[in-house]
Amino acid sequence: MEFAFNEEQLMIQESAESFLRDKSTSESIRRVMDTDTGYCPELWQSICQDMYWQAIHLPESCGGMGLGYVELLAVTEQMGRYLLCAPFFSSVALAANAILLAGSESQKQCYLSAIAEGKTATLAYSSSGSSQSFNHVVARCVADGDHYILNGDYQHVIDGASSEFLILAARDEQDDIQLFLVDGMSAGLEVQALPTMDQTRHRARLSASNLRLPASTRLSQFDNANTAFSAVLDLATIALAAEQVGLMQQLLDMAVAYTGERQQFNRPIASFQAIKHMAADMMLRTEVGRSAVYYAACIADEYLAGTGTSESLAEAASIAKAWCSESAFKNAADCLQMHGGVGFTWEYDVHLFFKRAKASEHFLGNSAQHRERIATMLLDEKRLFGNTPLFSDKKLVGAEK
Amino acid sequence: MKLSFTPEDEQFRGEIASWLQENLCGEFAELKFRGGPGDEHMFPEQRKGWEQKLAEGGWTCVSWPKQYGGRELSIEQQVIFYEEYARAGAPGRMGHIGDGLAGPTILAFGTEAQKQKYLPGILAGTEFWCQGYSEPGAGSDLANVKTKARFDEASGKWILNGQKVWTSLAHESDYCFVIARTDPESSAHKGLGFFLMKMDQPGITVRPIEQITGTSEFNEVFFDDAVCDADDIVGAPGEGWKVAMGLLGFERGVSTLGQQMAFQNELDEVIKLAKSRGADRDPALRQRIAQAHIGLKIMRYNSMRMLSGGADGSLQKEALIYKLYWASWHRDLGELAMDILGEDADILAGENYELSRLQSLFLFTRSDTIYGGTNEIQRNIIAERGLGMPREKRAS
Ligand SMILES: Cc1cc2nc3c(=O)[nH]c(=O)nc-3n(C[C@H](O)[C@H](O)[C@H](O)COP(=O)(O)OP(=O)(O)OC[C@H]3O[C@@H](n4cnc5c(N)ncnc54)[C@H](O)[C@@H]3O)c2cc1C
Repeated sequence: MEFAFNEEQLMIQESAESFLRDKSTSESIRRVMDTDTGYCPELWQSICQDMYWQAIHLPESCGGMGLGYVELLAVTEQMGRYLLCAPFFSSVALAANAILLAGSESQKQCYLSAIAEGKTATLAYSSSGSSQSFNHVVARCVADGDHYILNGDYQHVIDGASSEFLILAARDEQDDIQLFLVDGMSAGLEVQALPTMDQTRHRARLSASNLRLPASTRLSQFDNANTAFSAVLDLATIALAAEQVGLMQQLLDMAVAYTGERQQFNRPIASFQAIKHMAADMMLRTEVGRSAVYYAACIADEYLAGTGTSESLAEAASIAKAWCSESAFKNAADCLQMHGGVGFTWEYDVHLFFKRAKASEHFLGNSAQHRERIATMLLDEKRLFGNTPLFSDKKLVGAEK
Repeated sequence: MKLSFTPEDEQFRGEIASWLQENLCGEFAELKFRGGPGDEHMFPEQRKGWEQKLAEGGWTCVSWPKQYGGRELSIEQQVIFYEEYARAGAPGRMGHIGDGLAGPTILAFGTEAQKQKYLPGILAGTEFWCQGYSEPGAGSDLANVKTKARFDEASGKWILNGQKVWTSLAHESDYCFVIARTDPESSAHKGLGFFLMKMDQPGITVRPIEQITGTSEFNEVFFDDAVCDADDIVGAPGEGWKVAMGLLGFERGVSTLGQQMAFQNELDEVIKLAKSRGADRDPALRQRIAQAHIGLKIMRYNSMRMLSGGADGSLQKEALIYKLYWASWHRDLGELAMDILGEDADILAGENYELSRLQSLFLFTRSDTIYGGTNEIQRNIIAERGLGMPREKRAS
């Protein structure tokens, strides 16, 4: 059993850690979070040229490094921990995964190479934003000769106002989901930046009205359209859960450091058991979340290598997100509480993490929604989950019976 | 990072699975799924017979070195063994305290003579052990034991006086390992000894304690001039704490990983129940069922990380969360089972306080968060050892 980082993966993790500790400091976050794009172009350039993180799991044929999801998540976790403000999640976890799963060879050549070179992109799909349907696509597309006409709204699009190109999801006449590659500045597409409580991640509302797109912009390798789309979101969800683990770790570290220094009643507050037990629960949530994310990373690798199933990907993603969403927020809430009054100030960084934790909790589905997804797999279909050997590599979802 | 087992490990899985299938039948068939948590008082004689059957097949003490009759299994294969054992529904191990606690302690700290004297009986499934740690005044604060051991020069033996409590299966045991104070002036961790004691002697009285379930699995054990041979102290007098702590390391080790398969059996039963009662349509219960499933899956991923730690089975810092995590999960499962039953949860299976399996689960899992270090003690350990937070001062 080697359910741990190998040496190369450890190196990737460590270099990400030290780079971000250095570059994504409190001052730099605060400097960029209130700007239009929400990130620092020089830092993004340095990530893309020196660190090459945007290319980690992209195929070598497209200028990528050809590594896997485990390596990607080793870095993503650190981005959450250091609250990196950059179009990484949108470009890589959302857009690149969509192209990877749905693009033709030539589309991959063109667009994944663009991402590998540092072009920014995002995926717009959710039209409702209501808590019932975090992955609900309602925009419509209609074929019109060798074009498609697209109509609909997209809410909460991550980096929607700053991305150089976009992938828009829409339902066709058969109700199947289709994905289209669109330039960030297109006639017929209205883009409106939305002010966000979590300023470390920017969002926008997009409106397509009779947006006319050549048929060649459709990602054409969508054989089983709806399943592939959930696989895209599942991959993104796993990356988000990794960020949440990073958040949890940082919140724990901040809490332990602060309570170790702060003296009341003539002793460090960390010596009070009420504080220690809160910290112990934070560590439990963090480590358990980490286990879930590492596991999901392995499952994502299997899926991307063509040896896994979309069911096991969905299950692993929902397990990770169900655990990490609530846990990251709880860690943030506890950390704030342990800071007392200073935790309530703008000056201390706790609120940045607290707000990111709440926004991430609901983005791509909150814990209750992912639990319901698991409940559906578990209770509503004739599927046998139980009695698969715990440590076998056999399918998690179990044999159909 | 890899998820798979080697082909040799999978072959080993087949070997133990088929042995269990061929042997857990006939006179042993009635033991299936019996003797587990909440049911440990049932079928003691038959389960002792089963231990001897296991021994014949070479399936006791699988982690022990070959030199002492064990199989010296790798950690992975030990886990596979425990998994297949639980999956087959093989009965709760009467021998587990000897196999998993007494034996490894004697192997690690005992003399060659102690190994020769005690290990064969454990290995053969003929001699059973219990753990004499807790006392009325020494629970979480284990170092507060008051039982005294005095060396009697005339007879050349140790003489013990005092009382142990909550001693599981003492009434079915041949031996007990006991921590007692060898230095009457000492306090806390200093001045303790670790004794291997024969239960069948005039100086030891065992009195069963009725549990929350109405049954008795643990006992009070009284020592009134109980005798222990000079050769039967493990480590030097005064080193008992070190030996006892080494043992707790074993207690939190690999064998608990195998219990996840038994947990899966229980969860399957709870899910089946929910479906049969239509509780699977209740949105709040669906959430909790999904949460139980998620919790058990991640428990497995946690263990996979722990297993990937030191090849010697040493556990990393993260492993500190394991007991708190599984105990809380298991206790929640018991509550979920009752909440699915609703008012029916209150109706017993029969007269004489006969509990259904799930009622038993509900009641017995309250102990998971108490024995082996309570949840609160686990949180202290996590905070102090895992996070380096300051220790609380002991009141003087
Ligand atoms: C089913 C079962 C089987 C057992 N089998 C055995 C056995 O075979 N051999 C054996 O030796 N023992 C056995 N025990 C005993 C077990 O180890 C003790 O019950 C356990 O260590 C707790 O001690 P206590 O019961 O004295 O509770 P206490 O220590 O009195 O604890 C009472 C409460 O106070 C809390 N508390 C105590 N100290 C602290 C602290 N420092 N900080 C915060 N909270 C604290 C505890 O968490 C708990 O909530 C068994 C117990 C059970 C329930």
